[in-house]
Order: sequence, then C-alpha cells, then structure tokens
Amino acid sequence: MIRIEGLDKSFGKLAVLKNINLSFERGQIISLIGPNGSGKTTLIKCILGLVMPDHGKIFFGDKNILGSWDYRSQIGYMPQIGRYPEQMQIQQIFSMMRDLRSTHHDVDEELIHSFQLPGIFKKRMGTLSGGTRQKVSASLSFLFNPDMMILDEPTAGLDPLSAEILKNKILKEKANNKLTLITSHNMSEVEELADRIIFIVDGDVKFFKTVGELKSETGENKLGKALAKITGS
Amino acid sequence: MMKILKYVIYDVLRSKMIIAYTLFLFLLSSGLFWMNTDSGKTVVSLLHVILLVVPLISIVFGTIHYYNSREFTELLLAQPINRNKIFLGEYAGLSCSLAFALLAGMGVPVLISGSGEAAVYLVVVGILLTFIFTALAFLASVRSTDKARGIGTALLLWFYFAVLFDGIVLSILFYFNDYPLEKPVLFLTALNPVDLARVITLLKLDTSALMGYTGALYQKFFGSAWGISIAMLLLLLWLYVPLTWAKRIFFRKDL
Repeated sequence: MIRIEGLDKSFGKLAVLKNINLSFERGQIISLIGPNGSGKTTLIKCILGLVMPDHGKIFFGDKNILGSWDYRSQIGYMPQIGRYPEQMQIQQIFSMMRDLRSTHHDVDEELIHSFQLPGIFKKRMGTLSGGTRQKVSASLSFLFNPDMMILDEPTAGLDPLSAEILKNKILKEKANNKLTLITSHNMSEVEELADRIIFIVDGDVKFFKTVGELKSETGENKLGKALAKITGS
Repeated sequence: MMKILKYVIYDVLRSKMIIAYTLFLFLLSSGLFWMNTDSGKTVVSLLHVILLVVPLISIVFGTIHYYNSREFTELLLAQPINRNKIFLGEYAGLSCSLAFALLAGMGVPVLISGSGEAAVYLVVVGILLTFIFTALAFLASVRSTDKARGIGTALLLWFYFAVLFDGIVLSILFYFNDYPLEKPVLFLTALNPVDLARVITLLKLDTSALMGYTGALYQKFFGSAWGISIAMLLLLLWLYVPLTWAKRIFFRKDL
C-alpha cells in the first residue's frame, strides 16, 4: 500500500534520513521505534507530504505522492502534539474538519463517543488539558474511515483507561484490513499492538522485522529484552 | 480555499487585538473629523497616522498570526488539501480581517462625516497597505522557522519602509541637490509602498503645498489622474511580488 524507495533527507548538514527503503501493506500494524531524534517523526512527515525529501520516492498505491494531495484523504494522522485554534470549541473543530474534507462517505464517530467527548463539546480548545487534546486528535484521525492511520506517540499523554480504548480501536481497525503506522517508546504497548517493527537509529533503518522473527532470533519472550539483545550486540 | 478563509476570519475576528485595533482607528478618525472643520486638514493628519500604524499592525499581527497558527497549518497540511490553497486561504483570511477592521474603524467615520473623495482614497490606500504588509509579514515568516527572528525581520521591514526610507531619500536629495534628481526620486518612490500610498492620497487632495517633493513630482510628470493610476499599479505590484514569492517558498517548505 505504501512503498518508500531510497529516501534521503537532511536539514542543513544534518542527515536525518539515510536511504530508507520500506513497504507496508494493508492489515498490518507497524511500529516505528528508535531513540529520540532518530528521524521517526521526519519519516512520518515525509509520508504525509509535510516534509519534502531530498531524494527518493514514496508511492501510495501506485502513485508517487510528490506534489499530490488527494491521497491524504486515505490517511488519518494524529500528531505528537496536536494544537488547534484556541478559540474554537471541540464541536466546532469536528464540524470544521468535516467541512474541510467535504467527505461523502460515512464518518466513524466511535472514538468520540468512547472518549465521552460529547459531554464537553462546548469547551474551547484553549482550555483543554494535554490529554483531552490527544483524545480530540485521536478521534479526528479515525473520523474519516481512512485506509491508513499514522499515529505519532498516540498514548503518551493519555490516562490508562483512554489508552486502552485507543489500543482496542487500533486492533479493531486492523481486523478491518486497515494499515496503522505507530511510533511509541512504550515497549509493552508495542508488544500488544504491533506485528512488525521498524527500528531506526540516526536516520538508518537497522531492521524491519515481524515480532515473531525478533523473538525467535533472540530466543527471548519479551519484546523489550529481545530488542535490548539485538541492539546491544 | 474559501473554507479555510472562513475559519481564519472566524478565528482572527475573535481576538482582542483586532477589536482594539478597530476601536483605536474608530476613535482616532472620528475624533479628528469631529475636532477639525477643514476636512482636507483632517485627511492629512489621518494620513500621517495611517501610514505609520496600518503597516505596523499588519506586519506585526501578520507575523504573530503566522507563527501562532503553525500547528493549525500543520493540521490542514495533513488533510487532502493543496498547499497553495492553504497558504492563500490563510493569507486572505488574515488580510481580509485586518482590512475589515480598517473599514469598520475608519471607513464608517469617513462615510458619516462625508468628507469627500480624498478621504475615501485614504481608506482604499489603507486597505491596499494592509494587504501589502500582511504579504510582507508572511514572506518574513515563511523564510524563518524561528519566531523571534521572523518578528524581528518584520519589524525591521516596517522600520525601513515607514521611517528609514524617508531619511535616505532626504539625504540623497540633500547631498546631490546640484544634479537633476527628479527622475531618480520618482524611481525611488516606487521602491516604497508607504510612499506610494502617501502620493496617491495627496494627489487626490490636490493641495500641492502638502504634497512634498515626490508628490509634486508625480503630479508634474503624470498629472493627477495618471499619477494615481501609476502609483496604484505599483502598489498592486508590491502586493503581487511578495505574496507570490512567499507562496513559492511555502510550497516547498518542510513543516
């Protein structure tokens, strides 16, 4: 569904992504992990067309995404820090996004309801806590029934209960043959969700393996230990 | 683009700053019209304030708005919307709000006092300056990711156009007064939208004593009607060039 070929990106002299080659298919949950500043968010932003690569191509389906924007109707994006016009109410944000996307097919409001957002629909975005904003961001990324979700540290600011709701939703969409790309620093969460793992350090993809492969190669049962073993050696 | 414009206007018109700006303009212009009986003099006093304040507010508010809505822009960019439309929508939304503030704050007193064509020109020129300096604000903002640097650049631009430029022109006139300077000065005026705006309003007033050197020159070379048209055309160029330049940078920018 997504194919990345020979992607290079540098900011000034700093090479952030070096010759990335990856491809993802429907029905997968792919976890993007790596230390802070290793290029995870930049890679995500390249897929979204927010950052322009220096070299290389990204295909969505068969189409090169460079200079195109309609493919983004198939992507739901949840940024690491979602900030919105402070004066707008939660409700207005949702209706605005619907208006802007002028979508014709059905919307998926499941998360809005399971996060109990309708109860605080009249609150202004500027008054919300970080966690509540995350809930709004999460609900927005699933709202338009996209084929692919890109979630940048989705559970970082959420309380355990809400994180659980979100994780269940991600798994449910996987069963619907959707693709999810997720970054996280929480290994138990990665273990619960992901079936494939991309490990990226200093803009280099160190490996792209299924969780099963990782465990059998290292002989460890826990993903965290398996990773420690494989990266330590 | 119209949808984005709608939401930006909605957001901007609710901010306290724009309300204060409207009130300031309203009190200033209605006060001046009320105190002065000679509408020509009022227009000239108003002109001097407008030429300083409108560019300053437009460029500072424009830069601040750009940086404050960066996350919102990012949100829009992740949607299936063309980048150019996002940029133009944001620009049009902000500049239209500022122009609306000017129209409400200054246009209304001008209409009520019925002080003639020159005052209407002043409003038109003020609106044009709003659009130009918002475009310059966006240009300063897209060129730098650092907020402090962007605002600094914007303030420098304003200082140059509104204050420094006159000093430079005057010193050129002073040091080279032995040479025929009319054509070079005419050219120099075209390099500053604030000066062009002044020339347009003063040409319309037809009080050559107040016109200053450049205004008199425009009248001498082009006559009032031609002078105004050419100055207007140059102003539109001042709008088009920075805006297209900024849009081009925005289109290729990493966000």
